[in-house]
Amino acid sequence: MRLSPDELIFWQYGFIKLNATIMYTWGLMLIMIVSSKIITSKLSSGLNRSIWQNFLEIIVTTILTQIEQVGLSRPRKYLGFLGTLFLSIAVASLCTIIPDYEPPTGSLSTTAALAISVFVAVPIFGIEEQGVGEYLRSYTEPTLIMLPFNIISEISRTLALAIRLFGNMMSGTMIIAILLTITPFFFPIFMTALGLLTGMVQAYIFSILATVYIAAATRTHKAKPEIGE
Amino acid sequence: MLIDWFTVIAQILNFLILVWLLKHFFYKPILNAIDAREKKVADELANAEAKKTDAQREKEDFKRKKEELDQQRIALLSKAKDEAKTESLHLIEEARKEAFDLMSRQQEALRNEKQNLNQAIRHRAQQEVFAIARKTLIDLAETSLEERTVEVFSRKLHELKDEEKKQIALELSASPRSLLVLTAFDLPQEQRDLIKKTITETLGIEIQAKFETAPELVSGIELITNGLKVAWSIGDYLTSLEKGINELLEKQPKS
Repeated sequence: MRLSPDELIFWQYGFIKLNATIMYTWGLMLIMIVSSKIITSKLSSGLNRSIWQNFLEIIVTTILTQIEQVGLSRPRKYLGFLGTLFLSIAVASLCTIIPDYEPPTGSLSTTAALAISVFVAVPIFGIEEQGVGEYLRSYTEPTLIMLPFNIISEISRTLALAIRLFGNMMSGTMIIAILLTITPFFFPIFMTALGLLTGMVQAYIFSILATVYIAAATRTHKAKPEIGE
Repeated sequence: MLIDWFTVIAQILNFLILVWLLKHFFYKPILNAIDAREKKVADELANAEAKKTDAQREKEDFKRKKEELDQQRIALLSKAKDEAKTESLHLIEEARKEAFDLMSRQQEALRNEKQNLNQAIRHRAQQEVFAIARKTLIDLAETSLEERTVEVFSRKLHELKDEEKKQIALELSASPRSLLVLTAFDLPQEQRDLIKKTITETLGIEIQAKFETAPELVSGIELITNGLKVAWSIGDYLTSLEKGINELLEKQPKS
């Protein structure tokens, strides 16, 4: 039994290979980009606009509001990274209603890739916001003794991100696969619906955690004087 | 092994590419559209606010102008009323004055007319009485009016009281040439002599009388010294007649 779409390999040349994870990801990317292109080509700046434009505007403004509520004062700067995280995971989960589809997020490689992206993005945004010295000093807060624990925490939360998403997505697919063999027809449908909900919740959790990490990394410097006051 | 490192690297790249593509084709146009619309709405709101302010200002302006006009209208109306009142009082006063003048003129005319009539009546009566008396005297006593007048005058002199006679005599003796005899008609010599004679008899003194004619005496004789006058004429009767006629005329309009 396949645990991950990584195991379904279409083409391989030594280290390089094209497995189901990459192919599904490309498919999702294609769908997202093409639909975006189609909808945004007919954008209206007036008061009358299409349902699809409204839908996309609601998504974008909701993401911006969420980022701002977490504590990032300039949400548009982080919209590209955080919004794409949420949308790619959400679309990957939503597509589970398509038969024979396996979400690329059900692969630990994909979730690891996303977690690594967050792991790299957090210090980049942190350094960009408060400088190298200030950012590195934040690891020694509140005392120098905390430095190893902070580093461990940084790595462990990245692992947690990857495994949480993988576990949830993989389990959903697995449960449906198992249930299909045991009780076909109606019961798997409920599980699929539950899987959709789980997928959306996971997309939200993943992106909101990434936002929190970035916010924590960018706000250390600013938070200090507030405490002092 | 659950993690395939090539897939990890590929997925990282895929993710980065997706970030760039979505930024370019999704977030940017959507945000631009939202911004443009918000700007448009803000502009429209600002425009509406400006129009509202303008309208408010216009309203205030209009209200102020209306109040001014109302005040002007009230002032003009009041002024016109005052002027009309003054003018009407003036006109009434003029009319009253004119009416008064007219009445005065009418009264004056009436008075003149009455006077003329009186004079005419008096003149006519005088002539008539004169003529009647003359004719009656001639017919009845074959005596002219002049003669009869002199006779009556002579009798009057005789009938004077003694004190009066003394006083006249005293006056005449003081200036014997100052006696003047006025008659309405030219007296014949014998009548003059008769008068002289009567005076001499009555007063007991010789005098030089001077005779003159005065038609206004109305068939009468007057004897004038320095301060005294003895007279008789039918002018008194005529005056009495005139008075009677006047009373009659005054009663006429009342009835």
